[in-house]
Formats: sequence, structure tokens, C-alpha cells
Amino acid sequence: MAERTFRIWRGNKDGGEFVEYKIDVGPGWVVLDCIHRIQMQHATDLACRWNCKAGKCGSCSMEINGKPRLGCMTRMNSLPDGPITIQPLKTFPLVKDLVTDVKWNYEQNKRIPPFKPKARNADGTHRMMQEDVDRVQEFRKCIECFLCQDVCHVLRDHKAHDQFVGPRFMIRLASLEMHPLDTEDRVEKMRKEFGTGWCNITRCCTEVCPEHIGITDNGIIPMKERVVDRYFDPIAWFLGKVFGKK
Amino acid sequence: MASSTAIGGHQDNFAATLRTDRWWLGPTLTAAGLIAFFGYLTIRVFYAQYVWADPYMSPVVSPPLFTPAAGYKGAVPVNHAWLGAFPAWWPSFLPKSPGFFFPVLAIMFRATCYYYRKAYYRAFAATPPACGVRGVPLKYRGETALLIFQNLHRYALYGALFLLVFLWWDGFAAFFKNGKFGFGVGTFLLLGNAFLLSCYTFGCHSWRHLIGGKLDCFSCDAQSRARLGVWKKSSWLNARHMQFAWFSLAWVALTDLYISLVSMGAIKDLNTW
Ligand code: SF4
Ligand code: SF4
Ligand code: FES
Ligand code: FES
Repeated sequence: MAERTFRIWRGNKDGGEFVEYKIDVGPGWVVLDCIHRIQMQHATDLACRWNCKAGKCGSCSMEINGKPRLGCMTRMNSLPDGPITIQPLKTFPLVKDLVTDVKWNYEQNKRIPPFKPKARNADGTHRMMQEDVDRVQEFRKCIECFLCQDVCHVLRDHKAHDQFVGPRFMIRLASLEMHPLDTEDRVEKMRKEFGTGWCNITRCCTEVCPEHIGITDNGIIPMKERVVDRYFDPIAWFLGKVFGKK
Repeated sequence: MASSTAIGGHQDNFAATLRTDRWWLGPTLTAAGLIAFFGYLTIRVFYAQYVWADPYMSPVVSPPLFTPAAGYKGAVPVNHAWLGAFPAWWPSFLPKSPGFFFPVLAIMFRATCYYYRKAYYRAFAATPPACGVRGVPLKYRGETALLIFQNLHRYALYGALFLLVFLWWDGFAAFFKNGKFGFGVGTFLLLGNAFLLSCYTFGCHSWRHLIGGKLDCFSCDAQSRARLGVWKKSSWLNARHMQFAWFSLAWVALTDLYISLVSMGAIKDLNTW
């Protein structure tokens, strides 16, 4: 057991401060263990959301030493010596202490036109090949921790929540657009409503994703390219002007 | 007990962060690398001397549309330029550099590359400098306003594919000196240059999209199945795109440096001729 110091932000939307706690940390502990120990020993009213403690529910998102991470997947022995700072997510409104209100994300999801499958085959089934859904399955690993949404500077710093749905929903869009059975066309909305152009592909979403999803390379950039197909390909644009097509 | 008025302890001034690691190292090294390599190559394009050491042609000027007929030491011979010597109307304040023509395609390709965009948005524009670090507090429109031209990257790709043909050509041409077969260190450097640029180009996001990524169904017909194979190879290169971006950039500079040193007579090319 070794004593470690934590600086945890305590407060609500009206204000607050960092409060220091010292506890003894055991071998193999993760940050969430430490928060539980602090709740037990020093602050029973410290608010923190968690559920699975296995990196699968996406509830325990927080900022540890300034980086958006899962509390339950951050091992204490991976952190440098010295006090450990723990903050709530910056991008979403604060409820209390480490808990933020992430409902904006669910609202974005509702705006996305849902899966619209092709007609069934003659034998009444839908069939697709593994190689056609490999790409989509990568995106299905998402645990909706919203760490990518938190770190994305478009939302985090520029508060462009009305212009950009954020990386999590860019890959949601990609998973639908690339789906071999889907017939819906979301390209226009991707550009005009969901904001593909707001992402400047600086890749922080990919860096923080605990599921190691290639958010930028496999999701956002392919969607930007589909937008280019429709809106920015000068040859297509020229042909459209000449032949009067849209 | 430190107190903070900012909600959640998140400050909003430039470069504010509670990260404790050396987050500034990445953007600093990136900036240094970009300045060093692009600076060197820019100087070489403007200097335009010692770009030829028979049979090696520096990638900084290749393929040459025009070449200076006189007054430039180590210039590409006139019979190697597509249209011969620089025309008389060429403005006198501009150096007679073949690098002003086709090699510019390579600059356009790299300047709009999705990887380099990340690199310079972070290192120079600081939007943001690093993850979880507050970027410049200026109005931000992403790539929807001034930077909308980045959407033309695929046209830069077409230019780069065109250029690639000639860079391979230069590599193979470097096996023949005055019609005699052989090879030297320069041959190896020029072939390596074409190879690394191919790895960079075929891992390009736009190429990966056009070649197969745009399809929703890979198994639906024979043509799509063939494209799946190419897409997978491109995806392999794409996952290493940053590495190839730097390797190929450094290799271009190294190749040019070697050829210029041989051309100046500062070093002797090891070869079989
Ligand atoms: S790559 Fe795009 S979506 Fe991801 S964090 Fe950066 S700006 Fe946001
Ligand atoms: S994409 Fe990754 S970081 Fe974003 S919500 Fe899903 S699991 Fe979390
Ligand atoms: S508690 Fe479920 S992901 Fe951390
Ligand atoms: S060359 Fe880098 S993405 Fe096209």
C-alpha cells in the first residue's frame, strides 16, 4: 500500500473547487477503486457515475490528469508520481462533482435517419457477407462513453454543438452509410446538418477511444470523402452545370 | 486546497490544460520536422543548381518541363527537359528552376493530405495543439469556410499519380549511363524514393476511398470483389500513412542531397560504371 494524493473537482454548475484527498492505494488498483475508497473514507457524497468496472458500460468517463479516460480502465501504476487530478468531462453540462449530463448525445442519435433495409430476398431472408460488415462491426464496438465527444475540440472548446454531431455520431453515420443492406441516403445531411466539414481530422477522438476504434481514419474521413463525391468533385460539378443536373 | 472558479476546473485560455505529460513535445517535433524538410526542399527548388549528376536527376526538379541552358551549375541537360531550355519570356526575377512545374504537384498533394493537415493544424494552427489542450481562442469554422479547398485533395492525388510514373522512370533510367547498364548508390536512392512515394500515395485516404471504400457492398459483383482486395492493401498502407509520409519526405530530401553532393564533386558516387 502506498499513499497517493488526489485533487478531485467538487461542485455543481454554479461553481466549486478542487478538493485534496489522500488514501492508501493497493496493488492493481484502478482510478475508480480509488474514488470508491475516497467515498468510503472521506466523502460519502462525492458523485461519480459507474456501472460495470470492466470498461464496457461507458459510464465512468472522467478526466484524469487532464486526459479524458475511463476511471475503471486507468491503472494507478500507469500514472506518474505526484498528485492525480480528476475532473468531470468539459464538453457536457455539469450535474455534480464528476457527473455530467450527456443527454445531448442521445438527442443527436435521434436526428440520424435510421437504418432502412433493402427488400428481403425471395426466400424471406436478409443475407450479407462478413467482408461487407467488417467495417460496420468495428463501429459497433462503441460503448458510448463519449470520451471522443469530450475531447473533440469542436465541441469542447468551440461549443459548436449545433453545427457538429461529434465523432461518436460520425461513426454511427458511417456504420449506417457503409451498411450493405441500408438504402437510406444521409450524405446531404452529413454535410449540411451533421457537420462533416467542422472536423479538422486532428484525431484526438481516435487517441482517446477506449475501444480503439479508428474513428477518424475509418469513419470520419470516409464520410468526408463521400461528401466530396457529391459536392466537391469539380468534374461532377462541371458535368452537372453543363447538363443541368443537380 | 486549490480553488477554481471555472466549472469542472476547466480553464479556457490558450493552451490551458491539466495534462502532466509533455504534450507539447509532439507538436514541437512536428513543427521542427516540417520546417526542416519543407524548408530544405523549398530552398533547393529556388536554388536550382546541382540537380543533375549523370545519370541521376534530383526529384526536386523531376520531371523537368524546361531546364536552364546556361548559368546554372549541375543543371539538367537540355535534351532531358520535355520542352528544352527555358523560354526567353521567363521573368528574370525568377530563378530558372524546373522545380516550379511538375514537382509542385507533390507539394499540393502533401499540403492537402489528411495526415499533414492533422500535423500542421496541431503544430502551426494550434487547433488544437494537443488533445485536451485548449486551442487558439479564435472563431473556428473547421473546413467549412476558408479551408473548404481541402476537399479537392483527390485532384492533388491525380497529380501525384502522374508524377509517380516519372519518379519510377527516373529510378529505372538511373540504371543506364551513356547507354551502359550499371548501378550506383544514386540508383538505389532514386528507386527507394519512387517506392516510398508509392507506399505513401497508395495509402492516401482519397485513393482508399475511390478504389473501394466508397462501395457499400464488396461481395455483390466480381468487380467489387476485386476492388475489395485492392482496398485491403490500401488500408494496410493507410494505417501506416503517417510513417510513410515522413519516410518518403525525408528520403526525397536525402536523395536530392546525395545527388547535389555528387554533382558538386564533394563526394564520389559508388557505382559499377
Ligand atoms: S478528428 Fe474531428 S471529430 Fe475527432 S476529435 Fe478531431 S475534430 Fe473532433
Ligand atoms: S467511439 Fe470510442 S470514445 Fe467514442 S463513445 Fe464510442 S467507445 Fe467511447
Ligand atoms: S464502469 Fe463501466 S466502463 Fe467504467
Ligand atoms: S496523401 Fe495523405 S490522405 Fe491523401
